[in-house]
Amino acid sequence: MTQETKASLDFNTTTFTNERRSAEDFAPIANEIRRDIVRMLVRAGSGHSGGPLGSADIFAVLYFGGYMRYDPARMDDTTHDRFVLSAGHMAPVMYAALANAGCYPKQEQETLRKYNTRLQGHPGRDMHLPGVETSSGSLGQGISIAVGMAMSDKLVDRNDRRVFSLTGDGELQEGSVWEAAMAASHFGLDNFCWLIDNNDCQIDGRVPDVMNVYPIDAKCESFGFDTIVVDGHDYADLMRGFDRFLENQRNKTGKPTAIIARTYMGHGVSFMNDKFEWHGKPPSKDQAIAALEEMSTMP
Amino acid sequence: MDLLGSKPTRFGFGDGLVDLGERHSNIVVLGGDITGSVMTSLFKEKFPDRFFSIGIAEQNATTIAAGLALSGKIPFFASYGAFCALRNADQLRISVAYNEANVKIGGGHAGISVGPDGATHQVLEEVAFLRTLPHMTMIVPADYYEARKATVAMGEMIGPAYIRFGRSPVPMFTTEESPFELGKANVLMDGTDVALIANGALVWESILAAKELAKKGISARVVNVHTVKPFDFATVTQAARECGCIVTAEEHQVHAGLGGAVAECTAKNAPVPIEFVGVKDSFGGSGDPEELMVKFGLTWREIYASALVAMERRDKGSSGVRAIRDVATYQD
Repeated sequence: MTQETKASLDFNTTTFTNERRSAEDFAPIANEIRRDIVRMLVRAGSGHSGGPLGSADIFAVLYFGGYMRYDPARMDDTTHDRFVLSAGHMAPVMYAALANAGCYPKQEQETLRKYNTRLQGHPGRDMHLPGVETSSGSLGQGISIAVGMAMSDKLVDRNDRRVFSLTGDGELQEGSVWEAAMAASHFGLDNFCWLIDNNDCQIDGRVPDVMNVYPIDAKCESFGFDTIVVDGHDYADLMRGFDRFLENQRNKTGKPTAIIARTYMGHGVSFMNDKFEWHGKPPSKDQAIAALEEMSTMP
Repeated sequence: MDLLGSKPTRFGFGDGLVDLGERHSNIVVLGGDITGSVMTSLFKEKFPDRFFSIGIAEQNATTIAAGLALSGKIPFFASYGAFCALRNADQLRISVAYNEANVKIGGGHAGISVGPDGATHQVLEEVAFLRTLPHMTMIVPADYYEARKATVAMGEMIGPAYIRFGRSPVPMFTTEESPFELGKANVLMDGTDVALIANGALVWESILAAKELAKKGISARVVNVHTVKPFDFATVTQAARECGCIVTAEEHQVHAGLGGAVAECTAKNAPVPIEFVGVKDSFGGSGDPEELMVKFGLTWREIYASALVAMERRDKGSSGVRAIRDVATYQD
């Protein structure tokens, strides 16, 4: 991609494959996801910027590192691995990942939050966007759905499908998250990987100021998860986390895996970085141009 | 309509689940710690590999059920209706109904006939909530066989569904052969002077009221609306047009349950006077089921008296807006 293409407010047609990669190969993918998030949100005129931008690196590794096995042309088959976005407000990053994987046309990203769109403000399963497994947006539910899916795979169908689910860290304030965690461990779901986007921000401020959820790692450990804390912007570290999950599943440890990814909200756009004010708003057109300009020099 | 015995509707649910388990290998059941009370223990004993104990965590059980349903299973989760219809309301709304997940919920110990456990356990509001959820099917069976048939039917239909059943024995008046179709109300007794539209335990009370009314030369139609949603508009509209007045009867708040559904239907299609028999905006309390049903005005006597009031309103043309009146008492 040329620098002009990268800086453009328009969507391009570049897609990426899902395969085992070395750590340095993820940056171009993550940055294209980020650029699409900005392009989507500026058109929508509403939506969440901070979380999606901050978790773009996690999604790059998850969707394009060969950890989640899927066929972008057949996302509705019943054999692929599944991802459930529990933090539904982070929909733009999932939509951008799916578009860049070729699950649906990239141009369609321009419809985010518009009337009749498949890219609902929060994921709506009724709109049938390929790769959207469930509706989510009421926090603390997606992870529990994912646990149900993992139970179906491991305990009923007894196959080797993997289920991933991402929650925010503010979302950990929902008690139902811990009901789900308890069940994942109780049922020995080593086919289940819980991703926690730990950017320490939520709408009202820093997470410990709104309601302290720390220590997250000790909580996950005590709930029976094999827990690993990684730098959510370091691809090698993220790969270490996902590799650990695959190892747990392969070795049938009977333990679910929790990957706590330390991230910065809005990462990649300097004026948004680590600012909770960017949780729930989109960039203006000028801000979007500035953001894309800044990101056009990235890989 | 004759009395054929007495059995709790929860037994019908438990037996219906076993029927389903034998027929379909993808039926799975989630327990919420009270499996013996809501009779999912029968399925657990017979199909231990397809039973999962989730513990006292109704929100989690509901969403796990959604995950199982989105994986091609037909999950049933049962608990007391007080906990598996309202505590998990958001999960039912988003993860089940909005997802159109093929989840089946069994809400036991419904209504005040739970008895001694008291108000916390006597759910009287869930029909109102569930019938407002898009895609949801809501069933309130009247006796053992109807509960058993309804359980099988909800397992074999596609889409979210909820069945409400009770703890205490209730009169049996249907048989294995009686017709049952989801969404189709059954006219149990024909009549032209007043329509008694009921579900659950109040169907039998309506039959008793109709028999008493017949002694006075009043011809009452008894309609069993076992499926509150999807609602049988045709049968209820026809009853309104042919009888000209209605009494609704349910073991639920008078607001927004079956009575509300009947009122919505007739206000649009055939406005007629309606009297509502149900719990009148109060919580339950401890006591024997029988004495509670009397205390809260949920017997044939109130239905009988309400029928007379409804007919009087119709005959005097006073079908305008009026407050729900206090329980009219039965007088010979």
